[in-house]
Amino acid sequence: MAVLSYIQAITKALAEEMKRDEKVFVLGEDVGVRGGVFRATNGLYEQFGEERVIDTPLAESAIAGVGIGAAMYGMRPVAEMQFADFILPAVNQIISEAAKMRYRSNNDWTCPITIRAPYGGGVHGALYHSQSIEAVFANQPGLKIVMPATPRDAKGLLKSAIRDPDPVLFFEHKRAYRMLKEEVPETDELIPIGEADVKREGSDITVITYGLCVHFALEAANNLAEEGIDAHILDLRTIYPLDQDAIIKAASKTGKVLLITEDNKEGSILGEVAAIISEHCLFDLDAPIQRIAGPDVPAMPYAPPLEKEFMVNKDKIEQAMRSLAEF
Amino acid sequence: MTVEKIVMPQLGESVIEGTISTWLVEIGDKVEKYQPIAEVMTDKVNTEIPAYHTGEITAFHAEEGETVAVGEAIYSIEVDGKGTKEQQNVEANSKQEDQKETIDSQSMKTRYSPAVMRLAQEHQINLSEVNGSGRGGRITRKDIEKLISEESQKPKDELLTTPASENKSTNTEQKKKAFTQSLPGDREIPVTGIRKAVATNMVRATTEIPHAWMMIEVDVTNLVNYRNAEKDHFKNNEGYNLSYFAFFLNAVAKALKKFPQLNSSWAGNKIIQHKEINLSIAVGNEQELFVPVLRNVDEKSIKGIAKEVHILANKARNGNLTQEDMSGGTFTVNNTGTFGSVQSMGVINYPQAAILQVESIVKRPVIINDMFAARDMVNLCLSLDHRILDGVICGKFMSHVKEILENISGDTTPIY
Repeated sequence: MAVLSYIQAITKALAEEMKRDEKVFVLGEDVGVRGGVFRATNGLYEQFGEERVIDTPLAESAIAGVGIGAAMYGMRPVAEMQFADFILPAVNQIISEAAKMRYRSNNDWTCPITIRAPYGGGVHGALYHSQSIEAVFANQPGLKIVMPATPRDAKGLLKSAIRDPDPVLFFEHKRAYRMLKEEVPETDELIPIGEADVKREGSDITVITYGLCVHFALEAANNLAEEGIDAHILDLRTIYPLDQDAIIKAASKTGKVLLITEDNKEGSILGEVAAIISEHCLFDLDAPIQRIAGPDVPAMPYAPPLEKEFMVNKDKIEQAMRSLAEF
Repeated sequence: MTVEKIVMPQLGESVIEGTISTWLVEIGDKVEKYQPIAEVMTDKVNTEIPAYHTGEITAFHAEEGETVAVGEAIYSIEVDGKGTKEQQNVEANSKQEDQKETIDSQSMKTRYSPAVMRLAQEHQINLSEVNGSGRGGRITRKDIEKLISEESQKPKDELLTTPASENKSTNTEQKKKAFTQSLPGDREIPVTGIRKAVATNMVRATTEIPHAWMMIEVDVTNLVNYRNAEKDHFKNNEGYNLSYFAFFLNAVAKALKKFPQLNSSWAGNKIIQHKEINLSIAVGNEQELFVPVLRNVDEKSIKGIAKEVHILANKARNGNLTQEDMSGGTFTVNNTGTFGSVQSMGVINYPQAAILQVESIVKRPVIINDMFAARDMVNLCLSLDHRILDGVICGKFMSHVKEILENISGDTTPIY
């Protein structure tokens, strides 16, 4: 096993899948010669050539649309949005075409496209390079939304996404790219879409989160363990459709639930997670369901103190976890 | 003059560390603000780090070629004026505020979460006896779970004898559990509706009513003679016994008419004095004791009373008494003399004011006009609700009953 960073795991997954199946190809802005602005497709152009690593014009609707068309004809496109913030011109293609293709054609046509996009803030990216936009897509049946939290999950889930017969949105936290490193198996490991993962077993409080926040929650949990607070941490991994059984099990385990997202609080997928818990776990609950999320302001500020205030971090999580444990 | 530690800056949107490729200054150098200090290499960019202050470089914290995480110190500089101390103060203040928030009152002691409520009900836990470890004294789910696991580790015998305030709880599940531990060969007798009603009333009466007790002795020689003279004739005519009990009921009804205070019920904030005189009587069969009611006894002849007692006793023996037969009583007369008892303390039939026990008629030597005489004597015992009644009125009532009974004859008390 080799230690890979989050972005190296992404690159490795892409390379392995392209090698395995010649129908897999990559398209996006600067993904070719440049190797991607974050270097996610680094080396693929050299390895697989310009026909399978395609630089596109600055037109996200076209990136998605071309990919959807190719997918319908049996290809396995992996489209890259340079930043998740830029996906909005492609929303019509994704929601009205990709998500509904199988349903509207009565299974005659499918759309096995994977759309990758780096999301998230805390990197001085300001408003157009910091957004969490998963909630926009998280009530569109036909779509799957995957947001891995670790390099190993990123690799295994991206491979599953590429092989999935239906459209998958694959959001990668750009701050995780070089911050998170771990040992990733060399094997062809597939991690199933739609399954949440317990990242830490605990008995005092339950934290349910996804993406980079999993990392902060784990750090906070390690600090709190020294105080005798034992946190159970569930990583949703797939945020649409949600793994209801895992959510119910985790929430019931301690009855004290903290939900965390970097997205703006109101309308985030946390509301849906909380609703699932209320529907199924009332008589196991020991405290009001708590949420940590970004404030309801239009964008991530550029000014560092304001950005820090906006972002979820280890300290905020630790404080909320302690407070919930003491409740 | 203060020394500032300068940290590795954020050098790109996904960059979390940088490698110092070259220091462009040396320790001891005076530098101007914005002057390049070092060349830094990341996997995204190569860039120069400018000085944030004018001052003198005092130390390097990283060597050339070393990789440093964003936010870690790379060099120190001695600068004029204020540094970032202010920032530290702000952070310290905010920490103090956080601590203030966590201080709480004891207000959460009786706030129960759904989980705590459910577990307490399922495991028969009296929450008022549990100490909470949560904020504000709140009982947490963990507190209850701990209690349950401790409880389940206790040996079973101990569980059975634990009082655990069972009688106050409304859930009967645990009680059933405790009572089902019957021994081999034990017979289980189902609690019928009537038995249940009696049991409920008795428990309520003994826990709620402050009982007081008195007894008088009555010479019923006349009654015995009168009844002995009539009983065979009566039995032949009517087909059932002319019991002493009918005479006692008759006497009690008459006395209640005169002292209606005893013909009352307790109703919380008021006492209800009844107009009707409906006497509850205790009738037993092999297993059970029933308390059916004779209505408007003051309006009935001795024969009428005897007949009704006969009918109710038959119903009781056959288990045919209805709730209707058992309700509406205003005073109870209990024929304890049947068993040969000469003295007993009755439990008041809730919510009535009193109960009279008619004991066994016994022939005894009694002194009349300084001479011994063999007389038929009976004890009458009265239990009274001391909230409703006092000794004086009850004494007068008992004297009146005595007077009636001692003067019974064909003239004063016709059978028909």
